[in-house]
Amino acid sequence: MLGIVGTVPDPEFPLVHGRPRLVGDRLRIDGHSIAVQRCTPALLAAALSASETMGGPDIYAFLVGDIGRGDGSRKLYRFLAEHLPEFDIRVLAFHYLQPDVDWHARVLFATQAMPSQPILIADAGFMYAAKMSGQSGSYDFFTPDVGELAFLADELAPHPFYTRGFVLHQDNKVPDLIRQAHAHGNAATHLLVKGATDFIAHEGRVIATVAHPCFDAMEAIGGTGDSLTGLLAALCGAGFGRIDAAVLAAQANRWAGSLAAPTPATQMVELIDKIPQALSSLLLDQPDQKRIEHGGS
Amino acid sequence: MFGFLKKKTESGVGRQKPQSMADRGLLVFENTSEVIQAENVLKKAGWPVRVMGPPPEIRTGCDLVIVFPLIEELNILRELDSAGVAPLQVVPVTAPLLAPVDLFQTKDFGDYLMVRAANMKITVAKGSLKIVNISGGGCPDVPYLAQAMIGKSLAEAPRPRELGHTLCGYALDLAYEELLRKC
Repeated sequence: MLGIVGTVPDPEFPLVHGRPRLVGDRLRIDGHSIAVQRCTPALLAAALSASETMGGPDIYAFLVGDIGRGDGSRKLYRFLAEHLPEFDIRVLAFHYLQPDVDWHARVLFATQAMPSQPILIADAGFMYAAKMSGQSGSYDFFTPDVGELAFLADELAPHPFYTRGFVLHQDNKVPDLIRQAHAHGNAATHLLVKGATDFIAHEGRVIATVAHPCFDAMEAIGGTGDSLTGLLAALCGAGFGRIDAAVLAAQANRWAGSLAAPTPATQMVELIDKIPQALSSLLLDQPDQKRIEHGGS
Repeated sequence: MFGFLKKKTESGVGRQKPQSMADRGLLVFENTSEVIQAENVLKKAGWPVRVMGPPPEIRTGCDLVIVFPLIEELNILRELDSAGVAPLQVVPVTAPLLAPVDLFQTKDFGDYLMVRAANMKITVAKGSLKIVNISGGGCPDVPYLAQAMIGKSLAEAPRPRELGHTLCGYALDLAYEELLRKC
């Protein structure tokens, strides 16, 4: 089972957990309906779409309303710290949560008490907290964009907002930033760096890149990074080895974009609609993609 | 009574080099939204304050502090008290502080213009000045801000600093300001 943890932009939305469904352009979970626009709902929708296309994995979501005050995130952190050990989850993706170093540590500790050690993926606010806590090495995947990679590479920055200029200027030197992030202990074992070219790295070394098809407009569309993380999580959950999953996720996200003929005004839901077509074509074209049971890299 | 000090601050202290921090204090607040409110109050009143990253010993995860001239402590606290945004603590600056990112990247897509500040990007249609997309970020106010701003023109949309609560919201406000300058 794949677990997805994050927030929705509604202060009244309670803490819910359960099996979500994607119905048209909305997510349904535990009697609630959520618009799929960007951030965690987009990640979840992409993962559900991929899972339906591949016939698995089952997806379980942990969601709470938070509009940036951190109250919802803290409620969810507390729930996870207390209850995660009750869940048998093979892949666990953490997403838009208010970065909080103390709560991050308690949740990470709770993952270590789960029945089997899940593949851990961190993106967005939870990745910021993971880096700041100095425990990046406990994660299997971080999925930063190039700006966030600069933040990981800057050993002093506690948030991308404080990334120092000389590090930020290294936009065209992604492999160097990957090496720096790893050298400072601020990278997960694997990185999937989202950008004009997607870089897949293992322990500081670039293993693969995906650059085709490429559309400039994708950078402007809110949620394209979220869908990529959702695809990665779904493919890991379906049993693909980590590198294969990352390459396939990057390809599928790009082809979904291509099929949607994006402009900078395109909305994420238009790309999510294209995921089944993009992913099925890739799986048909690459029948030798290996599904390596849990743990392959 | 302290008006002469304020005047002196505006013309002199406010222009000191950033590394000279010995005469500066930090206003520490409960959360980032209070920092943004307090910054609005103090800047509107003409105080030479600056938002910076807190030193490691008081850092929790997603925070900002306000740097102010220590000599003005009483005046500034009075101003904040009357605005209902009193700080949790006031401490002197004892170590170098992290400066917020001040680099903007602009991308011209022809009919659209995108500005990036730190990890946040905002895109407008050049013809209508309508906000068509907001992307990036990692804090939970990002989707909330996107929901409130997309589809509105730059003039109609709420300012990120009014609705935002986190550093991502603050970065989006910087990108928004840069876009206003460019459009």
